[in-house]
Formats: sequence, structure tokens, C-alpha cells
Amino acid sequence: MDFELNDDERSLQEGIRSFLTGRCPIEVVRANEETGGALDRTLWRELADVGVFSLRTDGFGMTESVLAFEELGRSLVAGPLVASHLAASVVAGAGDGSRIVGLLEPAEPVTMVEHLASLDDLIVLRNDGIFVVEPSGVIGVLAERPLDALTPITRLDDVPDGQRIGDAAMALQWRRDGMVLTAGLQLGLCLASIDLAKTYAMQREQFGRPIGSFQAVKHMLADMLTKAEVTRAAVYAAAVNIDGRGDSSDLMQTARMAKLLAGDSALFCGKTCIQVHGGMGFTWEVDAQRYWKRACVLDTHFGNSDEHAAAFSAAL
Amino acid sequence: MDLQFTDAENSFRNELRHWLAGVIPTLPGEPHRDDWVGRRDYDTMWQRTLFEAGYAGINWPKEYGGLGATPTEHLIFLEETERARAPYVGQNFVGLLHAGPTLITEASPEQKAFHLPAILKGEHIWCQGFSEPGAGSDLASLSCRAIRDGDDYVISGQKIWTSFGHTADYCEMLVRTDPDVPKHRGISWLILPMGQPGMDVRPLRTMEGSTEFCEVFFDEVRVPVANRVGAENDGWRVAMVTLSFERGTAFVSEMLQSMELARDLAQLAKRITRNGASAWDDAGLRRDIGRICAELDALWALTKRNISQAQRTGLVGPGGNVFKLAYAELRSKLGELAMHLLDRASLSIDDVGQLPTHAHVHGRIHALSLGIAAGTSQVQRNIVAERILGLPKDR
Repeated sequence: MDFELNDDERSLQEGIRSFLTGRCPIEVVRANEETGGALDRTLWRELADVGVFSLRTDGFGMTESVLAFEELGRSLVAGPLVASHLAASVVAGAGDGSRIVGLLEPAEPVTMVEHLASLDDLIVLRNDGIFVVEPSGVIGVLAERPLDALTPITRLDDVPDGQRIGDAAMALQWRRDGMVLTAGLQLGLCLASIDLAKTYAMQREQFGRPIGSFQAVKHMLADMLTKAEVTRAAVYAAAVNIDGRGDSSDLMQTARMAKLLAGDSALFCGKTCIQVHGGMGFTWEVDAQRYWKRACVLDTHFGNSDEHAAAFSAAL
Repeated sequence: MDLQFTDAENSFRNELRHWLAGVIPTLPGEPHRDDWVGRRDYDTMWQRTLFEAGYAGINWPKEYGGLGATPTEHLIFLEETERARAPYVGQNFVGLLHAGPTLITEASPEQKAFHLPAILKGEHIWCQGFSEPGAGSDLASLSCRAIRDGDDYVISGQKIWTSFGHTADYCEMLVRTDPDVPKHRGISWLILPMGQPGMDVRPLRTMEGSTEFCEVFFDEVRVPVANRVGAENDGWRVAMVTLSFERGTAFVSEMLQSMELARDLAQLAKRITRNGASAWDDAGLRRDIGRICAELDALWALTKRNISQAQRTGLVGPGGNVFKLAYAELRSKLGELAMHLLDRASLSIDDVGQLPTHAHVHGRIHALSLGIAAGTSQVQRNIVAERILGLPKDR
């Protein structure tokens, strides 16, 4: 047993991180808000070139993929990253980034689809199978003010049928893998929130000293780090399980664990980051709100944490 | 990353499992929980049994008679002993996991030769005299005085939270040998034989009614200078060395129990009726139990990360503080949920009717101590914020 990153895993993760810090620093990500969250196709291709979508079709596993997605989350990269990664094995062009593939799950009370205007293919993930739809034929109402300005969202009146590309068993597996990859993004959000809050707590002075010297502020940051590290263990364990090097045979249950922990933690770290920033945390300018909003978006993907808590108990 | 065990680790497990299957049925019944003398005999009997089978001092280096096991093998040892319902380390705890490792690193050859084999064989029980009424979280402010008088130190003061103080043979003790220097620099580490003239050991009753802990009063108790471990006034460093022996395994047995208890709680909820329906019909309760079980599984994964880190680097690092913070909180949540489910049955610490009340109520009370003992959750948060995140130290 060795539940630490090995040298290959570490260098893969560092490679992705250094690409992202160079290519999409937060200023670049933020600039997309001015274009209504339209995805940058050049960037999408470059993400494909570093392997973000094709890792598993190129012979890597869920472990490497989750490490890459952790970095994507940390950098707040927007778009249907998980969907395009899942689709790489069945939709031509998804893996090399020439086509942007989105995904929706029919939901109540409304079905919402993200980034509709930027999509080349839309996957509909149902319990009975996986279907692909031509996005231009999908009718819906674009929300004027999406919660996350980097995630444009469209309400659909009807869920399109589409052409079947996978059966119920495959749908279940996509859902499981989607949970773990999304949990990777959420882990990255936790880490970015902590970095931002920590930097601010060291710089911001009140009562003549950095607010990070006050225990009340320290304890908020300690709680963020605690949740993030427990989440990291859960997410890595779920990924390692899927790769067949795990300690549990119930891959769905460990995937649920990861998504549940990551969902709760990303929301917690996001809101606590806002609180650490005080009034500035409530402004558009400071990125704290962006991490929290993305955490809200991702919590709804592949089942929110409450749904997973209920589903987890069903297996007890 | 790999969570699977190697062939060598699996054969270590299989041999141990085979041995436990033979020995556990031959053990006598466990003494009553507050029969401290009976428990001493029972715990030392088990230690002797382990010693004879070659399993004593699992994490001690081979040159001192230990098994020299890796942190992962230590994890396996704890998993298998829990699975076999083997006795716990009990009163051997301080000697095996605290004083022993300190002696291994810091003691003189004579001190090692005398004490280490006796700890391994279950011949000597140790207790700890660190905390004082005025020195809890701020341990370095301790004031129990040791004044040099020829070849002796003369000790006066008070210690508290001394587990097994009434049955121990030796006490690892921190005393103030120089009151005129900064607090960390005037402390010495002593081996104190228990039962000296001038000592008064009084049981300290916990909120659960247990007398595991003692208060120890010292009125001019003489201890030879030869019993000092490390240099005079270097005791704080000696005491901190002990912490570096932690390999991420400290809470393994407890975690396994908590995971089992949480799953038992789900079964209990299916048996209990509430307003004519099964308590399990309550979706909120199911979510709460599901969340707690998932979070416990996540902490189990963190335990394995910490152990893996210790295996690679020799140190647990920040994961240890993070684990303790999260576990204390989660164990409380589990206990609170169990008491709500048991409702008025939880008003008895012992089992009521056919309900496993004791495990849940005792567990809930125990959880209250988790956020206090060995560094309160507030102190842990300070450590995480200052040492891991690098926030400024002033308060």
C-alpha cells in the first residue's frame, strides 16, 4: 500500500498545473465573463493537446485524470470538461478538442443545459442509456443572469430524444466516472479558495495587524484546509478504486463518497473564502464569489451531495 | 497511488490472523471496566502473550526487541486485532507508545537496558506526568518543581490527567528545573518510580464516572539525578521527540469501531419504530446516516494517506492534525445522531431492553473528550493555520 502520489503522477499533475498557470491565469478566465461565457476554441484545443480529454483513451487511468481535473478546478477553467472527457471514447473529435461536447441530465423541476451556444454535440444522460443530440436543434431560454457568469445556462422546455450511443450500464458508469471527475474539479476549487483566503488574510490589516493573526480568522482557514484534505483523500481513493488498485469493490459507493465530500467542501471553502474577505468578498471584483458560484454549479452535476447522502444510506 | 497490499503485507496479515484465531478463544474474560488492578493483570497478560509470539513492540526497532514493522504493517496489525476482537493495548499504552519510544531515542544505555525489555514483556506499567492544573494547552508553562539536592531531585507540585496512575510502576515526568529562563528551556524529563514517600495518587472521576485518570500530588519526593533522561533543562525537546514516533496509526482501532457503529446505527434505525412507522422511513435521518458513513470512509482514506506518508518520510505531517480535527467533530455528530435516534433509551449509559445503548452513549461521551485530549481542537486549528498555512503566530 502506498497512497501517496508516485513520481509519474506527480509530474503529470505538475505539468498540467504549469500549463494552466501559464495559459489561463485567473485574468484570462475572468475575461470570458465579458463574452457571456462563450468558450475559447483555441484554449479548448490546447487543453486537448495536454491530454485533458483523452487521458483515459490514451491509456492513463482515472487516477491521472482526477489529478488533471483537480488542476482544472483550481484554475477555474469553465466549460463541459467532464462531459468532453467522458465522450472521448465514443464521440469523434471530443478527445482531440475539435468538438466541444456538453452533457445534460433530465432534471426536476427544470432541465438546464450549460454552454449550449458553444456546443458541437450534446449528450443526454438518462437512466436507460446515453443519447447524442444536435445542439442547434435544441430549443430553450437562455438565462439572462446565470449564477456563475462563466457558465451560461439555458432552460429547456422539452428534453430532446437523440440518438442512442450507450446502454443503461454505460450510463451508470458515466455517472460514476462523472462524479469522480467532478469531485476532482471541486477539490481544486477548495484549494484555490484556500490560497486566495490565505493571501488576503496575510495582507489585509485591521486593528493594526494582519487579520490572519486573529484566531477567529485562523480557525476559518484551518477548517477550510481540514475539509479540503479529507476531500482529497476521498477523491483519490475513489479514483484509485476505479483503476483497480483500491480497497473497496463497491466503485459506485466510493464515487458517491467522493462527490458528496467534494460537493460539501467546495461550497464550504467558497463561502468561507468570501467571509474571510469581509466586504470585499461580496464584490464582483474579488474572485471569492467565482469559486463559490462554480461550487454551486458543480454540486448539481451527477447528483448533489444530499442526493448522494441518501443514496449512500440505501446501501447500508 | 495504490491502496492494495503487497504480497509481503498480505502474508504478514495471514500469519497474524492465523495466530489470533488460535489464541483469542483461550483468553480469560475481561475484568470490570473500573477494576484497575484486574485490568492491569489482564492487559499485561496480553502483552506477555504478544511478546512470546513475537508481536510485542510492533513499531519498535528490532535492536530494542521490537518487530520493526512498517507503518502499513502496523495498520494491518490493528485491523486484524480489531477484527479478532483482541484485547487493546490498555494500560501498556504509555510504556509502549510514549515512554518507550522516548527512551529508545534519548535514554542512556543503562536506562534502556533496564526499562525497555520490561515494557515489552508487560512487566512494567508506565503513566504520564505532563499536564498540570495550570498547564494544559500551554503545557510548557508547567510549574511542578524539581530542586537539585546532591544526587537527587526533590519534587514538589501537582500533576493531573495521569492515566493508570494508581497501577503504574513508573511515571514519565516533566518537571521545572529552572524557573528563571524562558519556559521551554527550564524543563527536564525524569523517570519517576511510583510509590515514593511524599506522593499522593488520587483518582479523578470523569464525567462518565470512570476513574481511569488520577491526580498526583508531590511533597518533596526524592528522585535520583541518574533518572533524568537527556540533559538538565532539555526536557521539552525530549518530550517533543515522542511526537515524531506517531505513524498515522493512533486512531486506527477507534476508526474501525466508529465505522462499524455507524453501520450498526443504520440497522438499529430499521428496527426502531417512531410514530407507528420505522425510524428508517425518515429521509432526513437516512441522509444524516449516509453522510456520516461517507465521511467516515473518507477519514479512513485519509488515515491511509497519513500512514503512507509516514512510510515514505518517517513523519505523518499535517495530515495528523487534520485527521484529529475532522475525526473529533465527526465522532460527535455520530454520537448525537445515535442519541437522538435512541431518544429516551439514551438516558441510560448501560444497555436498555434489547437496545445497544452503551456503545452509542459511551461513544458520544467519549467524543466529547476527543476535541480536548492531546491538544484541543482549537489548538489544533492554530497549528494547522500557523504551521501549514503559514499565518502569523501572534494572537
